[in-house]
Amino acid sequence: MAISEQDKAIIKALQDDFPLCEEPYKILAQRVGISEEEFLRRVKELVDEKKIRKMGAVLRHREVGFNANALCAWQVSPEKLDDIAQIMSAHAAVSHCYDRTPAPNWNYNLYTMIHAKNRDECEQIIGELASMTGVTNYKILYTKREWKKTGMKYFCET
Amino acid sequence: MTRLTTFDKALLNLLQGDIPICSHPFAELACRLNTDEGTVLARLRELKAAGFLRRIGTFFDSNRLGYHGTLVALKVDPSALRAVAEAVNRYPGATHNYEREGAYNLWFTLLTPNAEYESHILSEIRSLRGVEDMLRLKANKRYKINVQFKLQ
Repeated sequence: MAISEQDKAIIKALQDDFPLCEEPYKILAQRVGISEEEFLRRVKELVDEKKIRKMGAVLRHREVGFNANALCAWQVSPEKLDDIAQIMSAHAAVSHCYDRTPAPNWNYNLYTMIHAKNRDECEQIIGELASMTGVTNYKILYTKREWKKTGMKYFCET
Repeated sequence: MTRLTTFDKALLNLLQGDIPICSHPFAELACRLNTDEGTVLARLRELKAAGFLRRIGTFFDSNRLGYHGTLVALKVDPSALRAVAEAVNRYPGATHNYEREGAYNLWFTLLTPNAEYESHILSEIRSLRGVEDMLRLKANKRYKINVQFKLQ
């Protein structure tokens, strides 16, 4: 799956902060050296191709009141994994849900991020997920400190 | 800290969804909120300056751009935690890096364009002073990624 040089330039322009001005796409198009019209057309295609999954904002969740954030690692039998992952994903408090290959001595294969106002609420949500799916073996890994959270810069490896 | 008004919450809820792909996207958002482009832009700049917005921009599907992702957990001697966390942060592909409660106390995600590059980075990190163990949890399937906080 080759990505054209022009697409890489468009992706690089888009991955920086979105300009807060009247015609943001015109500015990004200028950086790539193409017309605004062409830029918009290609961005829509990248959405259709599902290479872009969202254009929008991410809030600082602690600033808007979500203080208890946990990664929850679940041990799920492989034949039920797909069903259980879909049940968990349907919960509004779950922001991320991934199936992962476990590691030696760490037999957890399903991972969810859960955001709540406080720990009681977080544990209540995890209890709900456990009872909805029948999963009994899980580990709650509360966030103690954020060391880094950033958007990926694609196509910048040396 | 600025208090969020009803207008702010409506604006942020809308903005977490999709920025329109058109010549004047903020005018279109303003239209949906019964206001004008200038008001939306001015308030967004203020909310950004006040720290409510982490990022406004484009979020890509890393797999479809040819990247793959791994969650890595490290067991780090607490006295070395800061140095290890800062060393991890220096890799551009380490996009999320969190200290967590438990024996594995540092967790980060790593996006790389190929497996060799990932192995190279992880062997460098494994050899840092204070790193006692490493779990490498490769992503197989993404069921959900939807970081939206509905403000009420």
